Amino acid sequence: MITTSHPTADPDAALVSALRDLALPAPAMLARGALLETGLADAWATLSSPLGPIAVAWNGRGVSWIDRADDPAALEERFATRVGRSLTRATAVPDRLARAIESRLAGDRRVRIPLDLRGRTPFEVAVWMKALEIPVGEVRPYGWIAAEIGHPKAVRAVGSALAHNPVPLVVPCHRVVRSDGSIGQYSLGGPEAKRRILAAEGLAADELEASARAGIRYLGSATTRIVCLPTCHHARRITERHRRPFTSMPAAVAAGYRPCRACRPASGSGVAA
Amino acid sequence: MDPDVALAAHLAADLDRGFPVLVEAHASRLYTIAHRLLGTPGDAEEVAQDALVRAYRALVGYEAARIRELRLRPWLATITVNLARNRRRRVTDRQPAISLGPLVDAGLEPAEQADTGPATQAERTDTRRRLAAALLELPPGMRAAVVLRHVDGLSVAETAAALRLPEGTVKAQVSRGLARLRARLATINDPEPPPATRGATPRIQPHPTSVKELTA
Repeated sequence: MITTSHPTADPDAALVSALRDLALPAPAMLARGALLETGLADAWATLSSPLGPIAVAWNGRGVSWIDRADDPAALEERFATRVGRSLTRATAVPDRLARAIESRLAGDRRVRIPLDLRGRTPFEVAVWMKALEIPVGEVRPYGWIAAEIGHPKAVRAVGSALAHNPVPLVVPCHRVVRSDGSIGQYSLGGPEAKRRILAAEGLAADELEASARAGIRYLGSATTRIVCLPTCHHARRITERHRRPFTSMPAAVAAGYRPCRACRPASGSGVAA
Repeated sequence: MDPDVALAAHLAADLDRGFPVLVEAHASRLYTIAHRLLGTPGDAEEVAQDALVRAYRALVGYEAARIRELRLRPWLATITVNLARNRRRRVTDRQPAISLGPLVDAGLEPAEQADTGPATQAERTDTRRRLAAALLELPPGMRAAVVLRHVDGLSVAETAAALRLPEGTVKAQVSRGLARLRARLATINDPEPPPATRGATPRIQPHPTSVKELTA
């Protein structure tokens, strides 16, 4: 075979040099995978939702971002601005995560979805965790969230936190509405999208707004003497004959009604819960 | 300044910004170590990635002063070698006495860069393949010492630190490993391949590490 091109004093020198030559380049996905798993970079893929395909971004710590999927370039730019990590497209959301999100969107609140909320304020996280408690098919006013998390005066800050919800649909900020009953803004495609998602959850936004415009804020049951927020599942079971609308909690309390323990209508009502 | 000293300082100051630099700087060498210890690209990729993830999780728990003092090259090598050892145990439990040589011979070695003549290139690939296969036949401890010392290029002191062994033991293992590799390559090396395989392409630049030379 080949003769030596230069003599070597050390018989191991050539072998050592050949061993050094066994270095390999890492596969392209290795570095990416390590950064993804440690949560220093994120991947995204689309998932179907009641609003059509949505973009779901995740890393090893959990779901980090949910957004519209119609313009990938704009999505990656928004993510870079707001989250500050690099985002690359993947073929699909990992199976377990996809199934968990789909169950959640279908209304199963027992499903745990890991969320990556690093860098968010404790106040924001408290608002989002409270929103997670609102059942499918029901809505709560901004003031209700503020009161429930112990900051009854911070109604605007609650609105701002919900507007910055990084994981809409999973954290159901669409189930929070203005106290005057109007549907309010929605980050994932505006008020129309908010109406659509609420309708998909079995709530007619138009009826809700109409009754709020008529001044109805609470519904009581003349048989149980319990008063609820209008969308509470208990309120929706009250028969027409026994339904008593109220414009304020003091009026309901004065009429001898006690607040429902499920929807806690006194929160944010100006009446001590 | 040693780039790893600068990198350790970066990690100590801002772990999340420093860590991608570490990944960039060390991913290929950790992959190489895992690949040369295990012999299969898939396992090597998983082990190297897992090593990086574990390194990050360890660093999260370390004080800044401890991170600055870290000697990253041997430290990362230790994590990789340990993970590769666990992986090999699992693989051995599943499929006893698997020979890794055929996998390497089956063309799982990566293609060479085309910067040399085709004949030389083929011979280099062949050399690498045989050497990689011979390496996988070494006992695991000896293989780890040879891989860290000569494939990865750690010093004897760093190899000893990475493997938690006395320097004398590492020197002896490396030296015995090299002797075995030489002997093994001599037995598998056909001293004169049939003329047909020599090809018509003239060899422009003979590579200094031919198999013949290795077995000299």
